[in-house]
Amino acid sequence: MKRLSIIKQPILSILNDHIVDYPSPSNLNYFWSFGSIAGICLVVQIATGIFLAMHYTPHVDLAFMSVEHIMRDVEGGWLLRYMHANGASMFFIVVYIHMFRGLYYGSYTSPRELLWIVGVAILLLMIITAFIGYVLPWGQMSFWGATVITSLASAIPVVGNSIVTWLWGGFSVDNATLNRFFSLHYLLPFVIAGLTIVHLAALHQYGSNNPLGTNSAVDKLGLYPYFYVKDLVAWVAFALFFSVFVYFFPNLLGHPDNYIPANPMSTPAHIVPEWYFLWVYAILRSIPNKLAGVAAIALVFVSLFSLPFLNTSPIRSNNFRPIHRKLFWCILADCFLLSWIGQKPVEDPYIIIGQLASVFFFFYFLVAVPLTGKIEHYLIKYKS
Amino acid sequence: MDMVPVSRGATKDVLAMANLEVDLSKIQPGQTITVKWRGKPVFIRRRTEDDIAKANAVELSNLRDPEPDSVRVKNPEWLIVIGVCTHLGCVPLPNAGDYQGWFCPCHGSHYDTSGRIRKGPAPYNLEVPTYSFMDDDKVVVG
Ligand code: HEM
Ligand code: FES
Repeated sequence: MKRLSIIKQPILSILNDHIVDYPSPSNLNYFWSFGSIAGICLVVQIATGIFLAMHYTPHVDLAFMSVEHIMRDVEGGWLLRYMHANGASMFFIVVYIHMFRGLYYGSYTSPRELLWIVGVAILLLMIITAFIGYVLPWGQMSFWGATVITSLASAIPVVGNSIVTWLWGGFSVDNATLNRFFSLHYLLPFVIAGLTIVHLAALHQYGSNNPLGTNSAVDKLGLYPYFYVKDLVAWVAFALFFSVFVYFFPNLLGHPDNYIPANPMSTPAHIVPEWYFLWVYAILRSIPNKLAGVAAIALVFVSLFSLPFLNTSPIRSNNFRPIHRKLFWCILADCFLLSWIGQKPVEDPYIIIGQLASVFFFFYFLVAVPLTGKIEHYLIKYKS
Repeated sequence: MDMVPVSRGATKDVLAMANLEVDLSKIQPGQTITVKWRGKPVFIRRRTEDDIAKANAVELSNLRDPEPDSVRVKNPEWLIVIGVCTHLGCVPLPNAGDYQGWFCPCHGSHYDTSGRIRKGPAPYNLEVPTYSFMDDDKVVVG
């Protein structure tokens, strides 16, 4: 009997089948590289994070100083921290592009519902991980961000205040809070890594979608060497982009107030979350009612989770959906608009612009997506 | 109550901090000072005639959390409230906002000169802590 090469033998054959010889549609464009780049981001965060944790101290009196110690005294510490802080931003840029790719080419539609749902779960965990990570340096933005976001739970009727006390481990954001956040910040990335495997398993059930959105079974190529080489170009481009921030503008995406140690007695005049949260933050602030604001955020994620089931179009790719394609560009623009509003003060005209942008956000998912599928179907069937 | 010693209520280190004596003599009319009480900021505002008039001029039915100014103060000249926004816990800025009381920069809540919520997302008025005047120049919070 002919001996199989080692990579074709059990265990390794799983790797071979899924990440070496795996057949992929030949027409994938560079937007399909963002999935593997997201994986690289996760590895970068975990690797730099583990080394940061060797020098970081999760105590209210020492956390801020220990981060400065990392920056000034630890050999290469500045690089670790700037890679980790900017790496979080890169991770979100990459994942947002990855998601809009899915939106444009209809990758979330049947039969890939589960794939999309696991993706949204990963996004949710990333948001939580990045939020609690930002609390760790214990600057002014860390402290007030933590206060405001944990207090969101107080909007829940009856049990809200007890939940907040439970989250804090006390009567305000304090040492107990910082400690548990550090513990969770170490844990959650590994949960994300586990979900990434589930995400890939869901993907490989039906294989990649492609820019035409059609069945591509007749025209596939092995992942290795074709898509490794193609992705390599994207990885190098990404590394250059990332490096520009790390080496030349390391604090551009952060907020200067986080270099002021946390002060529970005074809130900075303009508290803003990290840029990658601004779109949801704008929706929260647009609603002048505490419970309704929190409910709106819940609805954002409900909308994202249920998107595959709201869709009514049998055609996936927006290349062939002229009406929906316009709405796609509108929702993309809407997210930019919300992000801009999210860092503006709460005053006119920003309030009303934010409210309209929030309404459009929900309109897109809950009305436009189900309706345009039906309208396009009708036009194709009866008007052509 | 002392029969249930260990698990209930505040510990001794907390009780030692429970009351705070504040000297009011240096506070100018119109000025607000912030003191730290039980780990939280407390605002003490020496109100002007104008502030008091404004606080009383409002129709109660127009308020989100209706309370007359008289139940929120012991001496109309002094307004004492906990400096934690009832929306999501930021510390509002004094002498700011549409009602010249406080403005919370976090999500734009406006409080009036009685510390009552007038505009923005916060659901309740700024909380009034227990306090008592020792004499004209001295108040004990707690
Ligand atoms: C999903 C992956 C991760 C994301 C998105 C993330 C995000 C963040 C963010 C935004 C910060 C604040 C950076 C700053 O402004 O200083 C931070 C800090 C920190 N993270 Fe992570 N992180 C991830 C994984 C990890 C892991 C796996 C560890 C370690 C075990 C870790 C350890 C730390 C430490 C010690 C800090 C405090 C030092 C500092 O502020 O630079 N992180 N993280
Ligand atoms: S915390 Fe004050 S308005 Fe939100």
